[in-house]
Amino acid sequence: MSEVIKIKKGLDIPLAGKAEKVFGQTQLPGLFAIKPVDFHGLTPKMVVKEGEQVQIGTVLFYDKYRPELKFVSPVSGTLKAVIRGERRRILEVVLENDGKDDAVDFGTAVPAQMDREALVARLLESGAWPYFRQRPYDVIANPQETPKAIFVSGFDSAPLAPDMDFLLTGEEEAFKTGVEVLKKLAPEVHIGISSDSASKLYHSLQGVQVHTFAGPHPAGNVGVQIHHVSPINKGEKVWVIQPQEIVSVGKLFSTGKHDFSRVLALTGSEVLKPCYLRYRLGAAVSEVLKNNLAEGKLRIVSGNVLTGSNVGQDGYLGFYHSQVTVIPEGDEYEFLGWALPGFGKFSVSRTFFSWLNKKKTYKLDANMHGGERAIVVSGQYDKVLPMDILPEFLLKAVLAEDLDKMEQLGMYEVVEEDLALCEFVDTSKLEVQAILRKGMDLMIRELGA
Amino acid sequence: MLHSTYDAFETLLFVPDKTNKNGVHVRDAIDMKRTMIVVVLALVPALLFGIWNTGYQHFLAQGIAAGFWDMVLHGALRVVPIIVVSYGTGLGIEFIFAQIRGHEVNEGFLVSGMLIPLILPVDLPLWMVVVATAFAVIIGKEIFGGSGMNIWNPALLARAFLFFAYPAQMSGDIVWISGFSGMEGVDAATGATALGAAVAGNSDKFSIMESFLGIIPGSIGETSTLAILLGALVLIYTGIGSWKVMTSVFAGGLLMGLVFNWLGAESSNGLMHISALQHLTLGGFAFGAVFMATDPVSASRTEAGKWIYGFLIGVFAILIRVFNPAYPEGMMLAILLMNTFAPLIDHFVVEANIKRRLKRAVVKA
Repeated sequence: MSEVIKIKKGLDIPLAGKAEKVFGQTQLPGLFAIKPVDFHGLTPKMVVKEGEQVQIGTVLFYDKYRPELKFVSPVSGTLKAVIRGERRRILEVVLENDGKDDAVDFGTAVPAQMDREALVARLLESGAWPYFRQRPYDVIANPQETPKAIFVSGFDSAPLAPDMDFLLTGEEEAFKTGVEVLKKLAPEVHIGISSDSASKLYHSLQGVQVHTFAGPHPAGNVGVQIHHVSPINKGEKVWVIQPQEIVSVGKLFSTGKHDFSRVLALTGSEVLKPCYLRYRLGAAVSEVLKNNLAEGKLRIVSGNVLTGSNVGQDGYLGFYHSQVTVIPEGDEYEFLGWALPGFGKFSVSRTFFSWLNKKKTYKLDANMHGGERAIVVSGQYDKVLPMDILPEFLLKAVLAEDLDKMEQLGMYEVVEEDLALCEFVDTSKLEVQAILRKGMDLMIRELGA
Repeated sequence: MLHSTYDAFETLLFVPDKTNKNGVHVRDAIDMKRTMIVVVLALVPALLFGIWNTGYQHFLAQGIAAGFWDMVLHGALRVVPIIVVSYGTGLGIEFIFAQIRGHEVNEGFLVSGMLIPLILPVDLPLWMVVVATAFAVIIGKEIFGGSGMNIWNPALLARAFLFFAYPAQMSGDIVWISGFSGMEGVDAATGATALGAAVAGNSDKFSIMESFLGIIPGSIGETSTLAILLGALVLIYTGIGSWKVMTSVFAGGLLMGLVFNWLGAESSNGLMHISALQHLTLGGFAFGAVFMATDPVSASRTEAGKWIYGFLIGVFAILIRVFNPAYPEGMMLAILLMNTFAPLIDHFVVEANIKRRLKRAVVKA
């Protein structure tokens, strides 16, 4: 068996509200949405107009600058509204579910027998292409290129993240078919697995390289795994895809239909019964939250608390998410909060007396716990980024818009999720992920994706 | 109109209701206020000991028998005004600058305001404290843009300013004991610090135990290595102070001390005869290592750099101490010197990281 790659730096935030490994009851909601803002650097061009009929797999919009990138409907029904924000930027394409689940049939096929071109064309046509994301920059992969490798993280180490083994139960065949597709697309396929889980499915795969990781979050981040297996240098491209998406890709070939169903982990301290649910990509979250929320002002996050987006009660599940987390909003003043002993407060430092209490899980809210300041404390970021990268200097290079330094200091290897923990621990309360995104946008603009 | 001032008081009383907008939804409970208040707490043992020692040295020099509380009372009457003046001046300037810039008031001075009194001789006139603090905050910090932007440790800058501007009040044998400067007919040698005495050839005026406990004349908070180490424990355990810097400073100092013990066995320089271990307990060495060198803003910001930075501080502190005949204290200058070079150290660490990354690419291709 291959050796275990031990991740030493990092942090598992002990949040309350882990999902129990049982399936809860739910039904699909009346409203769905695909959000162009889920994709970095996308300029959507609408194909379907408001009020028109759609099926599962009908193209809703495409990328103005890469028209071959198509985005399709996850549901059959009608296009209800196109919600726009500032400068008419499209935020959400809202669809009304007619419950019929009519789907466009792309025909069955055996990936092993297809040539790469036909395979790519099929993925593009069916709207499955956006599952493939490129490192660097975390943008949708360029179908004209062949990557150095495709990496899959077989586990999610983020706070309260779903258990992938559990998620994939019953989908083994589709997953294997999906992996066949990956093998056609790239010369190498790597899967990172956790030393803590059985990962039977992953071990049964043929022709992929399996790497075992141990340690705290972000060990499950695919970027960290790439860094330790085969780091990205200038000019190199790596593609990544998530396990549930591989299942969708697999089904696209075995059934001919684009299946958007997802198993979702409903988590967080404000969920009465955290559990797993069979749901669908883009679906309104309201249905899963029904009768399952605590009182009070809440924040509904699609994804995990580090990288997810605040969608609110009426929001929709994000394109790449298989988790919903609910935490208290915490927009309250706290009298002398910085001076009290703080027995119930979580901190990596031992400045609050919560270190007396080791095993506890915490109910964290969305309060910032302080104001934004200049960078003062040093070495904080380094403790939670298990890469040979100097995060503080990289961020300063971004702030200074120094492209050379950004390149030299490892900009190609990190995306927002990798530095999310840096943002969590930051005493100065900087928006680390937003700064990093700015840097990536700058590099794309100046050097091309 | 007084938005920054209002803000400062509001956030002092309440942690604000602001929530995360972009990026992470939860954050660590720590903030700048908490960080700074922990450092101030870590300074408390040294402060309390300093207050007692001020009284103790005063009565000892006068030959008057006094009780514990008499000593504390005398010390408090001398030390508290210095602290009040330091905070008053510094915070006043901070508020004015924050107001002009429309910024929030930085918490950095909460620590500097306590550090400054602790590194001054107790007999210093209060107006000098005002001038030095103003110099440190304006020239040392605000002209660079405030906390987090400064090059040198502001508290040490205050001391350096006093040292060069008013050497008579900052050195010699009579400033270290409360009430000594005004007194007539006292034997100045009684008031000499251990280092001062060593220069004069009396290198074993105090035993290592006395200097470790701190019952010797010296700057208010610097004398007791024990009290300082208590503070170091707090800083290291909470994760606020860098243990790497502290250990490497002590390592550097110890090594340099050993070298001098070996080289200077025959030398007439009394400072060479002080044992390496005792060097670490004298003057501002321990205080500087624990509270000054670890200031993250002016220290090296890379983890590898911290080892080098700390080690060189220790080496230079002893080196300057031994070879600078005018002023037998090297810690202040050593730290300020390494503050200046910290960005250079970081530069080399960063370059090494870049080279590693480039090498990787070449091997692949």
